[in-house]
Amino acid sequence: MSTTTTEELSATTLLRFATAGSVDDGKSTLVGRLLHDSKSVLADQLEAVERASASRGQDAPDLALLTDGLRAEREQGITIDVAYRYFATPRRRFILADTPGHVQYTRNMVTGASTAELTVILVDARNGVVEQTRRHAAIAALLRVPHVVLAVNKMDLVDYQESVFAAIAEEFTAYALELGVPEITAIPISALAGDNVVDPSANMDWYGGPTFLEHLETVPVSHDLSHCHARLPVQYVIRPQTAEHRDYRGYAGQIAAGSFRVGESVTVLPSGRTSTISGIDLLGEPVDIAWTTQSVTLLLEDDIDISRGDLIVPTKDAPATTQDIEATVCHVADAPLTVGHRVLLKHGTRTVKAIVKDIPSRLTLDDLSLHPHPGQLVANDIGRVKVRTAEPLPVDSYADSRRTGSFILIDPSDGTTLTAGMVGESFASPEPVKDEAEDDGWDF
Amino acid sequence: MTTVAALEEGTDSPYALSHLDALESEAVHIFREVAGEFERPVILFSGGKDSIVMLHLALKAFAPAAIPFSLLHVDTGHNFPEVIEYRDRTVDKHGLRLHVASVQDYIDRGVLKERPDGTRNPLQTLPLTEKIQSEKFDAVFGGGRRDEEKARAKERVFSLRDEFSQWDPRRQRPELWNLYNGRHAPGEHVRVFPLSNWTELDVWQYIDREDIELPQIYFAHEREVFKRSGMWLTAGEWGGPKDGETVEKRLVRYRTVGDMSCTGAVDSDAVTLDQVITEIAASRLTERGATRADDKLSEAAMEDRKREGYF
Repeated sequence: MSTTTTEELSATTLLRFATAGSVDDGKSTLVGRLLHDSKSVLADQLEAVERASASRGQDAPDLALLTDGLRAEREQGITIDVAYRYFATPRRRFILADTPGHVQYTRNMVTGASTAELTVILVDARNGVVEQTRRHAAIAALLRVPHVVLAVNKMDLVDYQESVFAAIAEEFTAYALELGVPEITAIPISALAGDNVVDPSANMDWYGGPTFLEHLETVPVSHDLSHCHARLPVQYVIRPQTAEHRDYRGYAGQIAAGSFRVGESVTVLPSGRTSTISGIDLLGEPVDIAWTTQSVTLLLEDDIDISRGDLIVPTKDAPATTQDIEATVCHVADAPLTVGHRVLLKHGTRTVKAIVKDIPSRLTLDDLSLHPHPGQLVANDIGRVKVRTAEPLPVDSYADSRRTGSFILIDPSDGTTLTAGMVGESFASPEPVKDEAEDDGWDF
Repeated sequence: MTTVAALEEGTDSPYALSHLDALESEAVHIFREVAGEFERPVILFSGGKDSIVMLHLALKAFAPAAIPFSLLHVDTGHNFPEVIEYRDRTVDKHGLRLHVASVQDYIDRGVLKERPDGTRNPLQTLPLTEKIQSEKFDAVFGGGRRDEEKARAKERVFSLRDEFSQWDPRRQRPELWNLYNGRHAPGEHVRVFPLSNWTELDVWQYIDREDIELPQIYFAHEREVFKRSGMWLTAGEWGGPKDGETVEKRLVRYRTVGDMSCTGAVDSDAVTLDQVITEIAASRLTERGATRADDKLSEAAMEDRKREGYF
């Protein structure tokens, strides 16, 4: 064991990614192989799985038991909620949001994808692109996950034919590009046999691209900040009021996008007051510049009124504030969202009262068609919503900023998280919504 | 002064954070969200490495001001003396307020009964939940990590608990982006896990990078231990060794700190942080599998305890 281990392991970046796949596409096998081949399954975990499998009368260890953590999941043999898994290679650390594949768990895929920089969509090489694949691609596009991997699995069952892979990759890529998915990488694999998951496959000489793990290790994790609008939602005002720091007044928060520099002119929203950054503390250390997603404390030259919920932005690049927000939403609660619903809206660090003014359409993920005026959205529905807020909010388009373009709706009576919202135009609304006489069952 | 970081492999930007910086920033964000949204938060502090890292992160989050939280220790009565000494010294050093919920008190009052196996871990739930109610804590920080155990892998960062502190894994709020929802009714509280996305190795690397002091039991030392259910336990008044169990002196260290009756030591000669990290990186056993007896009680032991209000 080398003594340089510590340094080698420290010099790594973090990739958050999410998996999506239908029930029998082999998602558990792929996750299991990744964990196993990256040596993230330890002896006692494997032993526990072997013991549990044997007690159920199964011949071989059921690797799904590694990931299905809840009693109900093990009893039913299904995954019912997002689980987060962790593994590492010498090049990178990974946080995997392992999301269930059923249609009724769309909200869980949205949850997993909301923080992911990459989504893996698994298809069975024998079946190719199916409805569920299109759903997953649509959600990845809606959530603006920067990278999408199409893993064409079970290549061993189609004799590792290049033509099968090429046809699926072509069909998927055309579809996903139309949705606006920015980057697609297709990889032919067999999770069961291990082809192209961690090691290059000897069975597919025709494939010249990276293995699945190699791609995860090398995909870029951050964007060029020069194209980002700098945004700092103020979380907390730090005022030590001690002899040493009598006049210290810092605005703490995690930079949601872009970068801030000492000396920069800034505007505080929604008040519109302006000042200049006199200092930036990065967790106790003064710095000249700080960037997304660092947690910092900004010090300003002028003593102006700023509190939790405000947004600090560069004066030259301030968003407009609005009380009328139109967004694409995914409804995540069991109780429906209806027109007239009074809710709370959390955007950044600000929570305000709001009312659902209109639900212009509901999206059918199968064919991306729009049902006009559904009257309500139920669990797992994706739709367009117009919300009026009690106070003006500085929202960005979700297309520009995943953090300052997103919000959640909360039920004020019991605190339930109702709806995930993405501000602005959606890929799925190119055509004007038209009322159809035969569209029954969705108008209330 | 920080300049732009060196370009790292796998990034197209000099602004990519290292994995430890990313985890640190996320944890600080969580601490500040709680400070901004709750009335009476408290940090569960056992003197174990995870709670020590939590405290360190909280100190950084509010620097140069003091932490706006108090600490709570659920004292099983079977503690390692080095850990209690560390706990009290740390509380003094930072001028913090420490609440203690004592399992021994409950046993003395006859409210709780000693278990036949002598472990007091499951007995912690009642003193903890009653303390939360009596002190009206509305946010309770725990050092739980999702990599520890498969039920914990399903845990949210903000985890709503009812007035009985119960966790219902099927009724969790989806957690979207970094928009944590801390709404709760009077009597309910939220368990908050700032280290959710950290692994055991991350914790150790961070301790190393930040040069954080730990209780000495985390490093190899000679100790009188005896073997029970395949684990090295420390002999003591809590009830070991029993007939047929023999004490021997071994070079050991602890990977976790908990109740003496169910926290095992591992054979080790690692006396520095570098050596500990090397040892953990090479280990074929998880932290809990290697050293926790209580998780071996059943396949869903952790899930069942969590449902009842355990952390």
